[in-house]
Amino acid sequence: MIDIRNLNKRFGKLSVLDDVSLLCEKGECIALIGPNGCGKTTLIKSILGMVVPDSGEILFNGKAVRKDYKYREQIGYMPQIGRYPDNMSIGQIFETIREIRHYQGETDDELMRQFGLDRMFDKRMRTLSGGTTQKVSASLAFLFNPEVLILDEPTAGLDPIASEILKEKIIAEKEKGKLILITSHLLSELDDLITRIIFMQDGKVQFHLPVEELLSSTSEHRISAAIAKVMRDRAEGTTKAIHNSAEK
Amino acid sequence: MNRIIKFVIVDIMRNKVVLAYTVLMAILSWGVFSLEDNGSKGVLTLLNLILLNVPLVSIVFSTIYIYNSSEFIELLLSQPIKRSKIWVSLFAGLQFSLISAFVIGAGIPILVYAPSGFGIIMLLVGIIITAVFVSIAFFSAIQTRDKAKGIGVAILLWLYFALLFDGLVLFLLFQFAEYPIEEAMMVLSAFSPIDLARIMVLLQLDVSAMMGYTGAIFRQFFGTQSGIFISFGVLLLWVLLPFMFSLRKFRTKDL
Repeated sequence: MIDIRNLNKRFGKLSVLDDVSLLCEKGECIALIGPNGCGKTTLIKSILGMVVPDSGEILFNGKAVRKDYKYREQIGYMPQIGRYPDNMSIGQIFETIREIRHYQGETDDELMRQFGLDRMFDKRMRTLSGGTTQKVSASLAFLFNPEVLILDEPTAGLDPIASEILKEKIIAEKEKGKLILITSHLLSELDDLITRIIFMQDGKVQFHLPVEELLSSTSEHRISAAIAKVMRDRAEGTTKAIHNSAEK
Repeated sequence: MNRIIKFVIVDIMRNKVVLAYTVLMAILSWGVFSLEDNGSKGVLTLLNLILLNVPLVSIVFSTIYIYNSSEFIELLLSQPIKRSKIWVSLFAGLQFSLISAFVIGAGIPILVYAPSGFGIIMLLVGIIITAVFVSIAFFSAIQTRDKAKGIGVAILLWLYFALLFDGLVLFLLFQFAEYPIEEAMMVLSAFSPIDLARIMVLLQLDVSAMMGYTGAIFRQFFGTQSGIFISFGVLLLWVLLPFMFSLRKFRTKDL
């Protein structure tokens, strides 16, 4: 569904994406993990067309996204830090985006109601706390039944209850066969959601594996432990089976 | 009308600064015309006020508004909209608001007191000067992310076009007084939209005494009619080019 080929991006001297190639298919729930500043957000923003890569291409359903914009109808995006016009109210934000998208179908306002946002429609964005702003971002991402959900650090800043609501929503959407791409550095949060893992470091994709394969090859039970083990092994230069499968 | 333009216009209305600008222009224009008994003398006084105020308000307000829209732009970028449409809509919304403010504030008294060729030309000049400085604001605001720097540059640009440029022309004039520099000066005036606008009105009024150096050369070279058309054409380029450059940059900007 999303096919990324040899993507490169530099910010000045810093190479943020270094020959990144990835293939993401429908029905997968992919965790994009890696240390801070490894290029996760830049990769996501490239898919959305917010960052223009220096070279390489991104195909969405076989079509290059470079000159296209229609494909974004099928993407729901929740930014890491949602920034909204100060003097717009929550209701206006939802309404404006709905009109801009010319969305005719049934909106999925389940998340919005569960977060209780429908009761504060006339609150202005500047008066909201960071967590409430995140709730707005999350609700917007799910509102138009997109085929692909891209969530950048979705649970950061949310309280445990909201976080749980969001996780259940993500699982429900995964069951419907949507492609879900999540970045996070809190690994334990993700354990019960994800089917595949992409690990990035210094702008490179270190490995892209199904979760079971990662767990079995490292004989660990938890994803975070498995990744830690892979990284340690790599640092020591011990090339294991995991390495080979990562290279393919 | 496109949804984004509508949003921008409503947002600017709510902001009230443009409303205050409309009232200010109205007070200035009605005031000038009721002090001067002669319509075309009033137009001249007003011309100088307009050429000072309109560029300042247009460039500073637009620059600040563009910077303040960064959140809105970011919100729209992840939606299925063409990138260039966001930027063009912002441009159209700002142009519409500021031009309406000018037409309502200064346009009505001008047409009441000088309902002739001068009046129409004055109105046209005010509109196009607004358009030029909004366009310049887009060009300078896209160059840097730093808001304080961006607004500083906008104010410097205004100072340059409104005050420094005339000084520069005078300086060159005195330095090269003994050489035939008429053509060079004419080309030079094309680099100042305010100068061009002034020439346009003065050509129409046909007051040689006030025309200044470049204006006199303009008339000598092109005659009144084509002089007006040429300066109008160059002013249109001043509206289009800075915005086109900014649009090209916006298309490939990382946000």
